[in-house]
Amino acid sequence: MSRETTNLLYLVTIVTFVLALRFLSNPATARRGNQIGAVGMLIAIVVTFLQDAAMSYWEIGVGMAIGGTFGAVAARKVRMTAMPQMVALFNGVGGGAAALIALAEFHNIAPHPGTLQKDISASIVLSAIIGSISFAGSMVAFAKLQELVGGRPVVYPLQQATNALLFAAVAAAGIAIVAGTERQWLMWALVAGALLFGVLFVLPIGGADMPVVISLLNAFTGLAAAATGFELENNVLIVSGMLVGASGTLLTILMGRAMNRSIANVLFGAFGQLAPSATGAAAGTVDGQVRSASAEDVAVMLAYAHKVVFVPGYGMAVAQAQHDVHALAALLEARGVEVSYAIHPVAGRMPGHMNVLLAEANVPYPQLKEMDDANSEFPRTDVALVIGANDVVNPDARNNQGSPIYGMPILNVDQSQQVVVLKRSMNPGFAGIENPLFLNPKTVMLFGDAKESVDKLAASVKAL
Amino acid sequence: MSHGLLLSFEITILVLAIFLGFEVISKVPTLLHTPLMSGTNAIHGIVIVGAMLVAGADHKDTLTTIIGLIAVVLASANVVGGFVVTDRMLEMFKKRERKEPDS
Repeated sequence: MSRETTNLLYLVTIVTFVLALRFLSNPATARRGNQIGAVGMLIAIVVTFLQDAAMSYWEIGVGMAIGGTFGAVAARKVRMTAMPQMVALFNGVGGGAAALIALAEFHNIAPHPGTLQKDISASIVLSAIIGSISFAGSMVAFAKLQELVGGRPVVYPLQQATNALLFAAVAAAGIAIVAGTERQWLMWALVAGALLFGVLFVLPIGGADMPVVISLLNAFTGLAAAATGFELENNVLIVSGMLVGASGTLLTILMGRAMNRSIANVLFGAFGQLAPSATGAAAGTVDGQVRSASAEDVAVMLAYAHKVVFVPGYGMAVAQAQHDVHALAALLEARGVEVSYAIHPVAGRMPGHMNVLLAEANVPYPQLKEMDDANSEFPRTDVALVIGANDVVNPDARNNQGSPIYGMPILNVDQSQQVVVLKRSMNPGFAGIENPLFLNPKTVMLFGDAKESVDKLAASVKAL
Repeated sequence: MSHGLLLSFEITILVLAIFLGFEVISKVPTLLHTPLMSGTNAIHGIVIVGAMLVAGADHKDTLTTIIGLIAVVLASANVVGGFVVTDRMLEMFKKRERKEPDS
């Protein structure tokens, strides 16, 4: 197949990707959109196999079988709660692939240094740097979400300066390569430096900001793919990579906006630096009594309320409690209680995380309230039942200028008549910040695993 | 086609792709943010085409081939895993739509 034909067939793939993204923006067509994208990907792979250029079909086939099997098994076996780290993992390997392509391509032209066009070497350098950062950063994000390392921000003295210096060194190596110093060792050093930078860049970012980081790294991998397209003079890579780069950037901005923080602030700012001191300060100044209640007490409270709002968070996801939550809601509704769910845009570990879980449990769409709607309802709410959410209901975001999350819009559960918080223990949340909501006189705590607590509540409501 | 001319076409489609990317997803509801992120994650698996090209290209160098093949493995995991995870997420949305009338 000639290169012209190949390019035209790649255009079919590009069209399917655009349609896939369009269909993904509507719940009714989203699944078909994803399938169309998969078909487009298959077309691109087949077309690449049918090129004129010599191909080591056998080796490539084996490589695909290994990678594909791993991907399929991992994606099938993962529980719904672990989806965010799976997205991080698959994003990381994509970035890694882009970096390796750059390495291989650069090694391939090694016998003839100085013959490389400047734009080709610039593309190689860019895809190597961005791909490596995306790979290493995604792996750290994966480790944090999987709780292989702590979710708290890792901070040490001169952190920003170290990172800036490291990045400057990587950039200098890149410039030297483009300028004509086409040495293999310099390329390997550049990749090593970019990998290290990726790790150091994500380490200081607190767990609560992980959704924003994954979204950003997703955009990075798209950019790396686009740079790979320039390096190989391949249109499908340029367009598809850039589509992901642009959409990922937009999504990152939307999420930042939901938290009322700029992306720069998320990446380099307050969280890493402020968290330790603010936690200390808050722990010192907050006093008050934590009141805990039994499941029976809470069940009575819920059963005799007019209006109950459930506020799900990561705790519900971890405990896999979404089905039990829906069952409890059904019991309350059968008693005439009005039930709705308040969804914070960044509750859980990804935007829309709670929507996906509650969708799995067949909760009807109209009961899911977005933040603004939910906040206008809290003053009329008898009981707000917080199920494993923490930072997204922390009143310090409104009141305490010293708090690292000050300024983030929250769900104002403290405006309802009573607040019940389901929580495993008094430990601060993933972000490591104290929450004065727990000490509010309106609040009672029901300690325990979210699933067990919700089951107990359901049993108690049934027994009434 | 001269290299410079090709480059100018490449830059043109790159810039158009940026606008297309913003335009196409700007209407996605919050509800679908996670599947969207996962779906775009699968789409950048298109690097598999690049990986196949460098792994399979006609060169004698073993190291190039080996690095290229590792890239093929990683990119395949990205493609298959990305689409399957997204499909699993979206399957749940579908299921709910069907069940809604009888609930």
